[in-house]
Amino acid sequence: MAVPLIAEKCASWGLLERPEHWVATPQFRDETAEALQALVAKGGTVLPQGLARSYGDSCLNAGGGLLRTPRMARCHFFDQTNGILRADAGLSLAELHKITVPQGWFVAVTPGTKFVTLGGAVANDVHGKNHHLIGSFGHHVRALGLRRSDGTLLECGPHSETDLFRATIGGLGLTGLVEWVEIALQPITSSDVEVETIRFGHVNEFFALSADSAAWPYTVSWIDCHGRDANLGRGLFARGRHATTGPLVAQRKGLRLSVPLTPPVSLVNSLTVPAFNAAYYNRPGATFCGRSHFDPFFYPLDGLLHWNRMYGPRGFYQYQCALPHEGAQAAVISLLERIAASGAGSFLVVLKVFGDAAPAGLLSFPRPGVTLALDFPNLGAETLRLMTSLDEVVMAAGGRLYPAKDARMSAALFQASYPVAQFTPFIDPVFASGFWRRVGNK
Amino acid sequence: MASETILILGATSEVAEHYARLQAARGAKLLLVGRHAERLGIIAADLRARGAASADVALEDLAEPADGFPAAWSRLLAQSGGAVDVLLLAYGQLGDQTKAEQDPVEALRLLQVNGTSACAWLLAAARTLEQQNRGSLIAIGSVAGDRGRASNYIYGAAKSTLATLTLGLAHRFAATNVKVLLVKPGFIDTKMTDGLPKGGPLWATPEQVAADIDAAARKGRTELYTPWFWAPIMLIIRNLPRLIFNKMKI
Repeated sequence: MAVPLIAEKCASWGLLERPEHWVATPQFRDETAEALQALVAKGGTVLPQGLARSYGDSCLNAGGGLLRTPRMARCHFFDQTNGILRADAGLSLAELHKITVPQGWFVAVTPGTKFVTLGGAVANDVHGKNHHLIGSFGHHVRALGLRRSDGTLLECGPHSETDLFRATIGGLGLTGLVEWVEIALQPITSSDVEVETIRFGHVNEFFALSADSAAWPYTVSWIDCHGRDANLGRGLFARGRHATTGPLVAQRKGLRLSVPLTPPVSLVNSLTVPAFNAAYYNRPGATFCGRSHFDPFFYPLDGLLHWNRMYGPRGFYQYQCALPHEGAQAAVISLLERIAASGAGSFLVVLKVFGDAAPAGLLSFPRPGVTLALDFPNLGAETLRLMTSLDEVVMAAGGRLYPAKDARMSAALFQASYPVAQFTPFIDPVFASGFWRRVGNK
Repeated sequence: MASETILILGATSEVAEHYARLQAARGAKLLLVGRHAERLGIIAADLRARGAASADVALEDLAEPADGFPAAWSRLLAQSGGAVDVLLLAYGQLGDQTKAEQDPVEALRLLQVNGTSACAWLLAAARTLEQQNRGSLIAIGSVAGDRGRASNYIYGAAKSTLATLTLGLAHRFAATNVKVLLVKPGFIDTKMTDGLPKGGPLWATPEQVAADIDAAARKGRTELYTPWFWAPIMLIIRNLPRLIFNKMKI
């Protein structure tokens, strides 16, 4: 039975638009080559999609085909002695941990949600709170199977098809369909983490705390971007490490909360955010030090399903930049000043120092320096204006934006900050995305 | 706890696969039955990685085994070591109702795939479980079997055949240690239903349905609507006066 093609309006996590696509969701690997062909015949181009947690148009292909991978989520083998796992690209980190955590293994690098697939983690070369020590997801990929539209299935890795491998890591799904991924895991002896959270009053203290905490495997900071002057960039610095003793359980029991429907207006706005941020910063529990299960530490937002709906029917933008070390502190201060002056609401503000590892992929986002991530409810032109003004600071500092978060950067900014010409030859001729049409084909 | 021996008829079905994953995590021994050797092999490898004590494959044409149901059942039983703790009957095919309405051969085929063949497997397995005086039979029916509706009454007729037989077995074994569970899922987001318009609160994932089945089987229940809200919905649909029912497009 052929895989059905369905006409569907699909949104990414930012809920900014809902364009029509042709969608196929194969259940088995033997169906993918045919599904790719059928999608191209119907939509002209195709893009693989995992759990669509990218915020903008890098996981969309308006008018074209989408090949969804999450029904193919099977493990090929799991070497429990050496912590090597090979699985279909559609396996999510949430599912992976159900398999590996009871055996004492944890993914080497995790982003801030467990609802990403291995394929998505490769395509965006995702990073985590431990980037400063062990790099990005791509650094821990041992091999991957890449299905090209000509029907070939290539095994790529650090020692075979190395150029195509480097293009596929962070390659935004454009080099072909990643069918399977083999990764090296890290050993753990407990599913708990030990956490210390430290309140800081100004962004300058963040840099001192980061330097002091470099030996902690996981570090990240939340920033109250409404602090001004002496309080500019105040926040909470969290550092953690896997506990050495304790249980090995992948899932916590408990209530799963969900935002059941989209409210008519954004609940994240200029009235709620300053008050919420101040309360969040000052709450007695803010300086928590102790143990918790890994889930709330790594995935605080996953506890609230469909949290993206809180931004109302117009959706929201994410803005994440990476700034080189030199001048980073001044640039971060300048960005925070512009945001504070604009009065725009941003709650999910995250600041982290990246490590010095050479990028795993051609288009990998992380680079040595500092990364700042923010969210802005979509208020139309004024939101776009603010982000254009932030671009000026990023550009002047020699920084770049994260494609997985982006829905609006200019082609000029993208082309100036990524080796596009070097990457382009590796794109599969029938693979395309909204993101690439917007900023890549110039 | 010793590992349970679990036999799954129609192991490439998405609900069956998710059920198998739950059992694999508990270290079960699984025998996966179906027609597609390569796909069953892929699923078996995954289940082993997920902790199954063993995951083996058996190839059968479940709607019509070449050498008949009794011989095929003996073969499967032998391959699972002569005893079965759980039999999950999960295969089925929605089919094309319009085509089947025009073509009696296609209609009979759908009745055979979803109904009579399933009854044959359950009766064969029932003899084994009766002799063992333990074990569970789980049959996946459908809310479509509760009342004939214009949109899917041929599939529904097959599933109601399966339902009556399954509940009859539950009655027969009421005083024994053999448990029988009839599962009636509503809409599940699987490849089987990819042609239908999806989204909305009535749709469930195969993971949710598999977890419901697992919980109900462990509690020894006889009948399960999954997700739960199909129980009140079907109570209403079963009892709607025909005058009203006939005016509805469902």
